[in-house]
Amino acid sequence: MGLLDQKFENGNIIITTADNLLNWARLSSIWGMQFGLACCAIEMMATGASHYDTDRFGVFFRGTPRQSDVMIVAGTVTLKMASRIKTLYDQMSEPRYVISMGSCSNCGGPYWEHGYHVLKGVDRIIPVDVYVPGCPPRPEALIEGIMKLQEKIRNESLAKKKTA
Amino acid sequence: MIPQEIADNLKAKFADAILDVKLDGVIDPYARVAPGKIKDVAVFMRDQENMAFDYLMCLSGVDYTGGKLGVVYHLSSMKWNHKFTLKVDVTVENSHVQSVESVWKTANWHEREAFDMIGIVFDGHPDLRRILLPDDWEGYPLRKDYKVPEYYNGMKVPY
Repeated sequence: MGLLDQKFENGNIIITTADNLLNWARLSSIWGMQFGLACCAIEMMATGASHYDTDRFGVFFRGTPRQSDVMIVAGTVTLKMASRIKTLYDQMSEPRYVISMGSCSNCGGPYWEHGYHVLKGVDRIIPVDVYVPGCPPRPEALIEGIMKLQEKIRNESLAKKKTA
Repeated sequence: MIPQEIADNLKAKFADAILDVKLDGVIDPYARVAPGKIKDVAVFMRDQENMAFDYLMCLSGVDYTGGKLGVVYHLSSMKWNHKFTLKVDVTVENSHVQSVESVWKTANWHEREAFDMIGIVFDGHPDLRRILLPDDWEGYPLRKDYKVPEYYNGMKVPY
């Protein structure tokens, strides 16, 4: 529990804003969508496995977009795959987030010049919240990306009306 | 069998279908076969007891530039542990080759790939459609004169 450890032994009351509470709950259980596209997916699996263990951040993978909060685009987005990714993104319920993992999904990576079949950056079809550089990024880098996303969620407000 | 014997066998059986034979100075000795005869040659090489080419190692499409296309068949025999290569030349205008899918099942996906990437049409293939690219893709990307499209389904392709 970190900060809240050993604070409730006398049945104390804690006062906070709804935003803080909701955001704390949301950023502590970011469920990822379970799909990978290329070698980045191997690193993503390593990040989820026992050594790096993203479960301690509340990040684990779900088999359906309807139960997922974040889509980690891990790998090369081919033009054939792009329309599928768009569909999957549309199936996710809001609030939803996207982490673009690795050079390929950031900007096309090694396929930037001669990749007739590669989408040069997944941000051309869906909005991206966090870009993780690397080819592929090490698990530490992906965890850094997840923590950046937590930072973003922490500063959001679901309760207050969005100001356009 | 050594390549010379295989080539002699082929020439004895298909005098008019074997256009050219090259055995020396190449890594894989090959015979060039007429596009409309490749299936007969394939069946012969598979079924002949002393050749027994029971394994199609690879089937590749090639663009030699200048409007010349080709298919290369790398054959191997598990029984005799010998190898041989067949080549077929076609043109961009008439890129029809007989399918060998009925001879070696391996050829099914290989021929679809050669069709997908180079645009060689295999007559007699049971299911000749694109295997890697989306079905609505236009053009054959591994041709040397291929131009990358500006847009695909509303998505900008160049960097």
